[in-house]
Amino acid sequence: MISSVAGSRVLCGALGVAGLLAAAELAGRAGLVDPAVLPLASTILARTVELATDGEFLADVAATMQAWALGLLLTVAVTVPAGLALGSLPRVEAAVRPLIEFLRPIPSVALIPLAILLFPDRLDMKIAVIFYASCWPVLINTMYGLLEVDPVAKETLRSFGFGPLAVLWRVSLPSTAPFIATGVRLAAGVALILAISAELIGGGSSGIGTYVVEAGSSFDGLEYILAATVWAGMLGIVTNSLFIGAERRLFRWHTARAEGAR
Amino acid sequence: MRVIARLWLVPVVVLLWELVTRLSDSGFFPPPSVIAVTMREMWLTGPASQLWLTDLVLENFPPSLARLFAGWALAGVAGIALGIMIGRSRALSRFVDPLIHFGRAIPPPMLLPFFIAVLSLGAQTQLATIVFGVIWPVLLNTIDGARAVDRQHIETARVFRLSRSQRLWRVILPSALPKIFAGLRLSLSLALILMVISELVASTSGIGYQLLRAQRDFDLPAVWGTIVLLGVLGYLLNSVFLAAERRVLSWHRAAKQTT
Amino acid sequence: MLEISNLSHTYGSGPSAHTALGGIDLSVAEGELVCIVGPSGCGKSTLLRSVAGLITPTGGRILLKGVPVNQTPDDLAVVFQDYSRSLFPWMSVADNVSLPLRRRGQDKRQRRESAMDALEQVGLADAAAKYPWQLSGGMQQRVSIARALAYRPSLLLMDEPFGSVDAQTREDLEDLTLRVRGHHNMTILLITHDIDESVYVGDRVVVLSKSPGGIAGDLRVGLPGPRDQITTREHPEFVRLRAEVGRLVRGMRSHPAAAS
Repeated sequence: MISSVAGSRVLCGALGVAGLLAAAELAGRAGLVDPAVLPLASTILARTVELATDGEFLADVAATMQAWALGLLLTVAVTVPAGLALGSLPRVEAAVRPLIEFLRPIPSVALIPLAILLFPDRLDMKIAVIFYASCWPVLINTMYGLLEVDPVAKETLRSFGFGPLAVLWRVSLPSTAPFIATGVRLAAGVALILAISAELIGGGSSGIGTYVVEAGSSFDGLEYILAATVWAGMLGIVTNSLFIGAERRLFRWHTARAEGAR
Repeated sequence: MRVIARLWLVPVVVLLWELVTRLSDSGFFPPPSVIAVTMREMWLTGPASQLWLTDLVLENFPPSLARLFAGWALAGVAGIALGIMIGRSRALSRFVDPLIHFGRAIPPPMLLPFFIAVLSLGAQTQLATIVFGVIWPVLLNTIDGARAVDRQHIETARVFRLSRSQRLWRVILPSALPKIFAGLRLSLSLALILMVISELVASTSGIGYQLLRAQRDFDLPAVWGTIVLLGVLGYLLNSVFLAAERRVLSWHRAAKQTT
Repeated sequence: MLEISNLSHTYGSGPSAHTALGGIDLSVAEGELVCIVGPSGCGKSTLLRSVAGLITPTGGRILLKGVPVNQTPDDLAVVFQDYSRSLFPWMSVADNVSLPLRRRGQDKRQRRESAMDALEQVGLADAAAKYPWQLSGGMQQRVSIARALAYRPSLLLMDEPFGSVDAQTREDLEDLTLRVRGHHNMTILLITHDIDESVYVGDRVVVLSKSPGGIAGDLRVGLPGPRDQITTREHPEFVRLRAEVGRLVRGMRSHPAAAS
C-alpha cells in the first residue's frame, strides 16, 4: 500500500513536469510565446543534454564546484570549532553576540566588489565570499545545538569524573552533530549561490557564472543560458539530497528521537 | 549600564580596527574613521531643503528600495496565494512538488543573464530576479503552514458551515500565518541580497551600482562605506520586520507559551 | 427528530479494513438528551462524526428532521473534546462565538448581541475580549458551549465534552449543560466514556458494545429533576442505573430484574 502511494507520487510528479514542458512547448509552437524570449522546451532540453558532453562547460562546472567545495570546507573547519567554543563559553558568547548581530545582516554579495580588490586570485576571492556567507548558518546552528544538549547526559559523565573536554567530545559534540549537519546543508546552498554570484560579477576565466555571462553575448545564447540553469538547478538538488541522505544515515538516532518526542 | 555590559566589545573592536589600519596604512583597509567621514560626505552633506541628504542619496536609494519592496511584495503575494492552493490540495501538491523543488534549487543569480537577455538592463530585470529568487521561502513555508492546519480547526469550520472565504481568511490563513511570516522574513533578507547583485550586474542606478562605481574608481573608503550602509539596511529591515511579526503574531507566541 | 437506521462504517479496505460501526439503529426524539456511552474503540466518535456529516458512513442512513444527512446539516453544532484545538487562538472569545453567526444572516450588532447573550449564559460575559488561551481549560470549554448555543442548533452534538477537564470543573460543566438545555429547546447527543456522567446528565443512556460497535442497551433514566450533584448521585435509581450501565459497558448480560 505504501509503495503504491509512493509510486503514484513519483508518477504524479513526473506528469507534472511533463505537463509543464508540454505546455511550454505548445505555447512556443502555437506562437503564444516568442522563441526569442523563451526558447522551445524541446530546444532547451536538447541543449541541456548537449552540455553534458561539452568539455568546456564541464570544466566550468568543475571550477564552480571546486570553489564551492573549498569554501565549504574552510567554513566547516573554522566555524564549527568557533561555534563550539562560543557555545561552551557563555561569557565570551555574550560579548561576541552583538558583533555577530552587526555582521550577519550585511548582504554577502555586497562583499564581492571588495573581495575582487582584496584577492587578485579569482579562486581565493570566491572562497573568501563563500566563507563569509556560509559561516552564519553553520555558526548559528552549532551554537543552537550546544544549547539543546541534554544537561543530564553531561552531568552523568561529569559524575563519573570526566573533565570538561571529555564531556565536550563524548556528549556535546555527538548530540550537536545533527544541528551542525543541518547548518552545513544550508551553507552548501548559500555557497553555490555565492560561487555563481562571484563569477557573474567578478568574471574570471571559468565557472558556471562565467559560462552564462559569455553565452549571453552570443547569438543563440539564450538556449545555452537556460540549459546551464537547468544544470545549476540539478546540481543544487543533487548536493542537497546528498546532504539530506547523509544526515539520515548518520543521525538515524536523532530523527528517531525527534519523531518519538512528537 | 546594561547596554555597556552587552555591547562593550563593539567599540573595542572598532578602536582596535582603527589602530591596526592606521599603523599598517594599507590602502585596502581604510580606518573606520575615514569610512565614517566618507559616508557622511557621500550621503549627508546635501542642502537643508533635502534634509541634508545628497543628490546621490536621492538618485540611488529610492529606486533600490522601491525594487526591493516591490519584488518582495509581489513574491510574497504570489507565494502565499500559490502556497495556500498547493498546501490545501493533496493532488495538486503531488503534481507540482518536483517543479517546486527544482525551482528552489536554482541559484537565483543564475537567472540574471536570462532576464538581461530577455528584458535588457533595467528595473524589470531586477524586479524579475528578485521575485523569482525570493518567492521560494514564502511558497514553501506557506505550503507547510497550510498543510499543517489543525484538523480539528477544519472540522469546526465545517460543522459551523463557514463559507469558503471565511474558511480561507478566518481559519486557514491565520493558522498558517506563523509559517508565512517565517518565510517572508527569509525572503526579505534574500531580497536585499538579490537587489544588490542585480544592481551590481544589471543596472545603472541604485546602491549596488554605486558600490560598483566606487570599486571601479578604486575608492576603497566608499566601497567599505557602502557595505556598512547595506549592513545597516539589512539590520533595520530585519528588526522592523521582527517587530511587525511580534505584533501580528502576539496570539501565537502567547498561545504557545500557555499550552 | 433524528433517525439512524442500520448505520455501519468501515475504515480502509482489504485485509487492513476496520469495522467501527456494525449496524446501529437509534432514534432520538425532539428535546431529548441522549448519552452514548461505551468502552474506548466502540465507534462512539464514528457515530458522532457520521451524524455531523464529517464522514460519509459506508452503510445505513441518517435522517435529521426527515432529511438525509450527507453533509453537515444547517442547524447542528458540535462541542468537541479538545477545546484548545477547536477554538481559534487568533480570535478573541467574542469573535470565536460570533464567527459562525455570519451565516445566519445577522449583522455585526446582532452577532455581537447573540454572542454576548450566549457568553452570559455560560457565565463568561467578562471574558469576551480575552483570547481563548488566556482562559483555563474549563472556561475554554464553556466558550465552546457558548459558541454552540449562539448558533441555536436544533441538534447539539457533544463529543466527550468534559473529558479534558478536572473533576470539579467537570461537574460544573455537567450542570451548565443541564441548565442551558432548559432555556433552549435543543436535542442533545452527548458522547462520553464516563458511566456516572451518562446517567447524571442523560434522559436516556445508549450503551455501545465493543467493536464492531452495536447497541448493547438503551435505558431510560427516570431520575427526578432538577438534578443535583449530591442528592441525585445518592438516589437509589441513580445507583441502580449506574450499575446497570456498568455491566452493559463491560459486556455482561443485563440484569434480568433491571431489564425494562
